[in-house]
This record gives sequence, C-alpha cells and structure tokens, in this order.
Amino acid sequence: MAVKDYLRERFFPHMWCPGCGHGTILNSLIRAVEELDLNKNEIVMTSGIGCSARISGYVDFHSLHTLHGRALTFATGVKLSRPHLKVLVPMGDGDALAIGGNHFIHAARRNIDITAIVMNNRIYGMTGGQFSPLSGPGVKATTAPFLTIDSSFDVVELAKAAGATFVARSTAYHAKEATGYLKKAIMHKGFSVVEILSQCPTHYGRKNKEGDAVSMLELHKTNTAPLGSKALKENPSLTPRGIFVDVERPEYCSEYDKIIDYAMKEAR
Amino acid sequence: MSDNIRFIQGNEACVEGALYAGVEFFAGYPITPSTEIAERLSQRLPENGGKFIQMEDEIASMCAIIGASLTGRKVMTATSGPGFSLKQEAIGYACMTEIPCVIVNVMRGGPSTGNPTHVSQGDINQARWGTHGDHNIIALTASNHQDIFSITVDAFNFAETYRTPVILLLDEAVGHLREKLIIPEAGELPIVDRLRTSLGKGVDYHPYLPREDGRLPMSDFGGEHRYNVTGLFHDMWGFPSNNPKVVNELLRHLVDKIDNNIESITRYKEHFLDDAEYVFVSYGSAARSAIHLAKTRRARGEKIGVLELQSIWPFPKELVREKCADAKAVLVVEMNMGQVLAQVKAAVRKPGRVFLANRIDGKLITPSDIKKLLRVIQGRGV
Amino acid sequence: MAKKVLRELRLNRDWCKGCGICVSFCPKNVLELDSKDKVVAVRPEDCICCMLCELRCPDLAIEVLTDQESDNE
Repeated sequence: MAVKDYLRERFFPHMWCPGCGHGTILNSLIRAVEELDLNKNEIVMTSGIGCSARISGYVDFHSLHTLHGRALTFATGVKLSRPHLKVLVPMGDGDALAIGGNHFIHAARRNIDITAIVMNNRIYGMTGGQFSPLSGPGVKATTAPFLTIDSSFDVVELAKAAGATFVARSTAYHAKEATGYLKKAIMHKGFSVVEILSQCPTHYGRKNKEGDAVSMLELHKTNTAPLGSKALKENPSLTPRGIFVDVERPEYCSEYDKIIDYAMKEAR
Repeated sequence: MSDNIRFIQGNEACVEGALYAGVEFFAGYPITPSTEIAERLSQRLPENGGKFIQMEDEIASMCAIIGASLTGRKVMTATSGPGFSLKQEAIGYACMTEIPCVIVNVMRGGPSTGNPTHVSQGDINQARWGTHGDHNIIALTASNHQDIFSITVDAFNFAETYRTPVILLLDEAVGHLREKLIIPEAGELPIVDRLRTSLGKGVDYHPYLPREDGRLPMSDFGGEHRYNVTGLFHDMWGFPSNNPKVVNELLRHLVDKIDNNIESITRYKEHFLDDAEYVFVSYGSAARSAIHLAKTRRARGEKIGVLELQSIWPFPKELVREKCADAKAVLVVEMNMGQVLAQVKAAVRKPGRVFLANRIDGKLITPSDIKKLLRVIQGRGV
Repeated sequence: MAKKVLRELRLNRDWCKGCGICVSFCPKNVLELDSKDKVVAVRPEDCICCMLCELRCPDLAIEVLTDQESDNE
C-alpha cells in the first residue's frame, strides 16, 4: 500500500501551522506502519488533547480522540480488552507528562504492549504558547514572561525508571531515523516510548529567538548526537539520540491471560 | 440449600447482577465503601474469562472502561463520592461519544472526604449535573439485594439500548448490609446485547446516524469499520464539526434519546399506595425505613404508603405527580438536604404539601425519625 | 545494485504550506518556493532521489516517484 492509503486525505491540508514538526512525525509514523505492512483494521490510535492529539483524525485507523492527558488510560482499556490490536498513542509533552504524567509512568510500570510517542515541542501550542514540563529553565512562554524557573523531565530517563522496555529518542529532522525507531517500537512486545523532538515555530521559536522551522530543525541537528558517538563524548551537553532500552519483560496482557487460565481452572 | 441462594453484601449483589448481565471488563480503584465490588470482580471476572484491572486512579479507571467498551465489551467501574467527582470529565466524554458503560457510586458522606464508612445519599444531583455541558443521564438505585441485582441488570441493558453511561447509585448502608439474594435462572431476566451494525466491509458506516427507532448500531474497534471517536462536537461519521446545524442536532439528540424514553426507563415500586393519605417518596436504604414505618402504621389503621423510586434520572415527574395526587401530604425521605425533594416539589400540583424527612449526620434514617415529622404534619404534636 | 532514478516529483500545492524545509535541506537545490510560497521543482534533473524532502515534509505534500535503473558498471 502507498503511504497515502493510511491517511484520511479528505481532511488535508491538515490544521497544523506551516513548518510544525508534528506533521513530520505523522509522516514518519505513517511510513513506519506502511513499511511494517500492518492491517489498518488492527490498529487503534488513541490521542489526548492538544495540537499533537489531532494526529488521530488524519490516520485511517480506528481512532479515539480522548481527554487531555488520558490517552494512555483509554488505550489500556482497548489493549487489555483486545490484546491482538496494535495500539499507538501519540501525545504532546503536556499531554504525556504534565496532566498525563501519572498514566505515563503506570503504563510503563505495567509494561502493557502500547507504543507511546511523545511529540515533544516543549510548549503548549493549542492554547497559545505556555511552558510545559519539558520546556526546562530559561524559556520564554506566555505564562513565563520572565523566563521559566522549573526544570524539565528527561523523557528517556523517566520512561527507563518507570519500567518501559523500549525507549528511543529522535527528532523531526532525523525523520528516517525516527521511522526506524517507530518500527522497532511498534513491533516491540511491551510498553515502548519514542520521544521525537518536534518544533513549534509559531509559539516556541518566535518567543525564544530560535527562528523559523528551518532554523529550528537545524537545532535538532546541532543540539543532538547519536548514542555512543564521538560528538556526544566530546560534548555531553548534547541531547543523545538512539535506542536507550530494548529489553524483554513479562507483558501485562499476556500475564493477565495466565491469570484467566488459572482462575478458570480453579473455578471449574 | 439451593446453590442460587446467597447471603451476601449489597455490593456483592451488584457484582452478581453485573455478571448476569454479561459484564466482561472492569477497571477500578479502591475506595470505601465500594471496594468490595472491585475485590469480588477481580476474582469472578477472570473465572469467567473476563478482565479486571486495578488502575492508577479513578480517572484512569473510567477512561479504561470506555476504551474497552469501544472494542465491544460490556463494562463497569465502581466508586464513591470523591472518585465519582474525579470521573466526571470522562463520564461527560462517554455521554458525548455515546459509549455504553455502567458506573456504580456507593454513596458516602460528602463533600470532600466526608465520611467514607457512613451512609449518605448526597450524590443525587451530582449524578445528573456533575459533568459540564448539556446532556442527559440515566441513574438507578435500589433498597434491597434482590432489587440491586435486577437494577444492575437494567443498568447494563439501558447502557446498551441508549448508548449512554448509566449511573447506579447505591449507598453505604445497603452496600454493606448482608441479606439474602436469590440469583435468578438464566433467561429469567431479559438481557440486552449490543446492537451492532449489519453493514459489511466497504459500506460507509455512520457511527452517529440514528436509525428510525432512534438507536445507533455500533461497530467494534478492531472490526471492519474504521471510524473516529471524539469528545468534540462531531458529525455522523464521528469527525469534529462546528457546523451549527450539526452541533444543534447532536446536543438535542443526547438529551432527547433519554427524555423521549422516560416511560421505558422508569423503575419504581409502590407499597400500600392505593388509598394512602400520606405518601412517602423514598429510595435506597432510606426507603427501608419508610417502608417499615408505613407497614407498622398501616397495622394501626393509618393510611400511609410509599412510592419507592428506583430510577432517579430522568426524574419520573409524571409518575410522582400521579401517585401523590390524592395525598394530604408527601414526605420525601432521603439522606441529603433535599435533592429529590426539589424534584418532587416541582412535579406535584401542591408543592406546599411536600415535606422533607431527612438525616445528614452519617446515620441511617430510622422509622422513628420519619414518625416524628409525620406526627407534626398530622397535627398530633411532637 | 539497482540505482533509483527520478520519474516524477509529485508536489501537492493544495497541501503545501510553504515552510521551506524541503527547499533548505535539499542537497542539490532542486526545490524552491514560488511567488505564492508553494514548492516547485526548478532543477528536477539534479535530483538524486535521497527522499529527504518527502520524509521531512510536515504537510505530506511531496512524493518522490522513482524508477529502478540497473547498474551496468
């Protein structure tokens, strides 16, 4: 199937701003699904609220556009109910780690077979540019006119600590790499997290003098380096990209199936 | 002893009713006084091939059952006041997206933490108005275990019939009370299964286009029809829409689909109502005291009867008006500050003759509490 | 090994929002924005079919259609 066969073309052009990294992430994700040759009827995409969440309307899967921060909880219901379905959960940084932070760590702890994609543009775009828990200190936002003073989460470290069994990071600039990580994440059995750095030229770039989409993409290139690279060793302040965790651990739905087998035997 | 007779808690009677109705998925979070429902289902569901999950919080539990329902399962969660407050946004989502689910609220004192181990009926209005925006809701209740069982079955049946969340309002006293339950034989109570679309592969399916009879056939997530579900105003395909006509029709549909079926939804019992001069309107554990008092006063020749409501929302206004029409006085017996009282006053022809017999101190209202007020109304002194 | 050669650069002007990402990162300067800020292929003959414009396009407005050319060397 062609890439476009996975899109609901009638809703294009999409609603994201010119140069928004979220469009590129949609592009990477669709490509990953296409390259894996997945059956559209067996994919459920669950999203929350925000610019990121609108992604679910553009894909020709079963799509569930839910509440702010709660995408993973709806996804948990879908997955546990029908474990054969592939469940993809794209989330914004506020969606995933502010209002939805609790669900994020618990989904990771359970190791339920869901793919979480954190579309990290370090800002609340839909509401007009407020800082997020991934903005980090020194960022200008409409709710931080004197710059932010709070530290950010490191999505990779948080996901690792919470028990995610596949954790990767890439950027909208590294679209091919991101597609590769998404493919691995989708095929991984367990809770997988792919953080993709995205750019919001409209609200983040403008306020923080990072320029337009092109110059923000340049920053994805210059501010990051692959895990194990010489560049990263020489400059540890760079953000590492790559696959940080890829391990096996009992998956929640499979474990629950064992509970059912046991309980049914005992009840007989 | 026959193996379909149990001596159990009200919360367990609710579980048995849910299983009879075909519950397949439960997500919950521990909270007094509803916890026994989760505990019991954590055992009974997997024994029957169903799924139980203890989520990280009340919100997550509500959302998880909505997700599971969309894949074609009959679903339930259980909670109490604080958890019910937390679930409201997601209950609104289920209203808006028309996803069948049952939410049990075993009521305790409130607001806030209130008193987890003591009885109250303070969540009547929250069940109706707890979430934002215009919508409708079905809320049911019962006063004894046999009725809890059958009203739980009704709750699942209504959820499927009208594609709506249904709130089951139990209370601490009846939830923790132990008494006899006879489990009906299979087939004794009607079970409504999900109405699924008959449209095949490749045919354009409209998840939000009502049939002529007003019902909306569903299609399971994971099936042939890929559609969108959103809490935004949406069109008949489930895609967001700001079209004023679409929005107007959607909101009216959400209200009308329940209001137009109030007669089918209304559940009640009447006790000695025929020639009653004094009518108690009550529900839940409060109704047990009202019925007891009516029975003992009847034995002394006083014409007292009880209208026991088992469906609170949509409020059965016509029924209450009719049953109270000939009463000298109506006493609403409940454990709150008059939440059903306000509905009864609005329903009857002479609201000045409607009085409140209540307790709000965490103690079960007793027959003598009601009797004291009755004597004043009857002009027989305090 | 077979080498890709360009058959067509399919540019969807309705979807393109003119962000310029494809133009800036094209290694061969094949693309430009026109007076209406829509992408156009000004030097398609230079295209090396690296696909980066298609992969990075946030508007999903670019398709690089290729043919396989057998490598005779």
